[in-house]
Amino acid sequence: MRRRGWVDALFIFPCALAFVMVIICPFVIGIYYSMTDWNGVNPVISWVGLTNFQGMFSQPQFIYSFLITLLYTGINIVFVNLVGFLLSLLATSKVRMRNLYRAGFFVPNLIGGIVLGYIWQFLFNNVIYSVGSSLGIGFLSSSLISKPGTVIWAMSFVNTWQYAGYIMMIYVAAIQSISESIMEAASVDGASYTTRIRKILVPMMANAFTITIFLTLTTSFKQFDLNFSLTNGGPALRFMGKAIRSSQLLAMDIYSTANGLNRMAEAQAKAVVFFVILVVFSLVQVYINKRREVEA
Amino acid sequence: MNLQHTKSVQPVEMAGRNQNRAWPVILEIAGILLFLLFMAPFLMVLLNSAKTAKEIIFNPVAWPGNWAQIFQNIKMIFENPTTDYIGAFFDSVIITVFSLAVISIFSAMCAWALVRNKKKWSTVVFMVFVAAMVIPFQVVMFPLVKWFKMVGDFIHIPLLGTYHGIVFAYLGFGCSMSIFILHGFIKNIPLELEEAATIDGCSQARTFFNVVLPLLQPAFITVLILNGIWIWNDFLLPLLILGSNGRVQTIPLAVTSFAGSYLKQWDLILTSALLAMLPIIVLFIFAQRYIIKGMVEGSIK
Repeated sequence: MRRRGWVDALFIFPCALAFVMVIICPFVIGIYYSMTDWNGVNPVISWVGLTNFQGMFSQPQFIYSFLITLLYTGINIVFVNLVGFLLSLLATSKVRMRNLYRAGFFVPNLIGGIVLGYIWQFLFNNVIYSVGSSLGIGFLSSSLISKPGTVIWAMSFVNTWQYAGYIMMIYVAAIQSISESIMEAASVDGASYTTRIRKILVPMMANAFTITIFLTLTTSFKQFDLNFSLTNGGPALRFMGKAIRSSQLLAMDIYSTANGLNRMAEAQAKAVVFFVILVVFSLVQVYINKRREVEA
Repeated sequence: MNLQHTKSVQPVEMAGRNQNRAWPVILEIAGILLFLLFMAPFLMVLLNSAKTAKEIIFNPVAWPGNWAQIFQNIKMIFENPTTDYIGAFFDSVIITVFSLAVISIFSAMCAWALVRNKKKWSTVVFMVFVAAMVIPFQVVMFPLVKWFKMVGDFIHIPLLGTYHGIVFAYLGFGCSMSIFILHGFIKNIPLELEEAATIDGCSQARTFFNVVLPLLQPAFITVLILNGIWIWNDFLLPLLILGSNGRVQTIPLAVTSFAGSYLKQWDLILTSALLAMLPIIVLFIFAQRYIIKGMVEGSIK
């Protein structure tokens, strides 16, 4: 078949135009703006070099946001994957109504983070608080999202509730691709349930684990919606001698640096750092996948 | 626990032979408890949507005294002077439907041209699309607003605060992943089909629209579901492109405006959250299989 180059070009054009206008141009402009004194108001924008990058690493709020985001990501990787894995074992067992369970565990994932955040704000501040105080549970007698020590855990709890069902589905697909006869043979040979999981299921699911760990890593690291509506960064905390917001994750710190404080260039510099970290994560993932392909 | 039933399950459970008899029962109980735990937040929203603000504060876990209150709350939301909820709902529908239409058709065209054009530049273009998936929204969002304003002023068609502006933005953000999914799918379509169409006198464009496009249906389901759920729930892009009190609004913006202007008015916030969730849950009930399949396949790629 003779192909006409101009028809191909015409077919590529709409996506290419949108892609260049929406991602490439703002991206390039953004890198430039991160090295200027852009504040969104003043039309004259002048070059300041790496000042914005140097400044952010001495800001208590940015350092705290950075650390808390790492902590939050770490907690989520463990909890979401552990809960997702246990749910997948339940959902592939012979338990009755397992299809209903699967659907039920999956549903929270379909609802947007903004709506879920408000719902959970209500649950933490009113429902859990009211149940906790009427049962006399000291731990719950003040809202979990109003204390700097528990707020990150509360957010991770919500994130696990939202995301574990999705991860479960990836595991379910992986488990179903393992032939039943292997598990049955092991069972006939006398391997106990836990041995079968440890020695057969988990090693055969290695690929699925790589996918889910990186999925939870990037989604937690980029978390914004839930953070915005559930806690809006609060409660306040003193850190390095300054009052800071104890649940302000990196994505939200970028947003509020620009929106609340009107320091656009500084927010842009933080976003560039944020981008570089995500690139490193992706490169690590690509590297791990490549190595596995070579082994296989 | 109904023991009758667990007993009838046991002969099927091959692995249960060497195990504790109690194990299936524990599993059944764990299943029910976990399911209730996962559903409890939704139940709480439903219960409290049928209460007045006072009743919610007085006892958030009580069963509502009068279920008709839910219609009262919905009426209050619809008649609210500051937030046009019905308008936001229709805007969300319009934006989602048009974005999905342009994303799927243009991404399919682009992916097909990139797969079948065996030149070196088409590989490079494809790599650029894929590599750009790493770029987080945060690094482009502020320059995007300024850039859209500049371009809009330049071509005398405003892009900020308009339907076409946000649909264009969704095409830009959504096409990378869609091209990636469709590219993988098209590679497996035998070239002979298209050659036969050409021999029969189809032009290149007609071959695509009449022969290739109908074959893409399974991949389209994945593309539509992944993009549809993202766009329907998206908050930050509409906030920046449309603004929080612009003429065009979306559901997440409307819910936020209820939560912002009526802080602690939980009757309105929860009822508006319920209304926001309802369309997705109804869709999920009818298209469960496709949604789960689409979302799992999208992640694995």
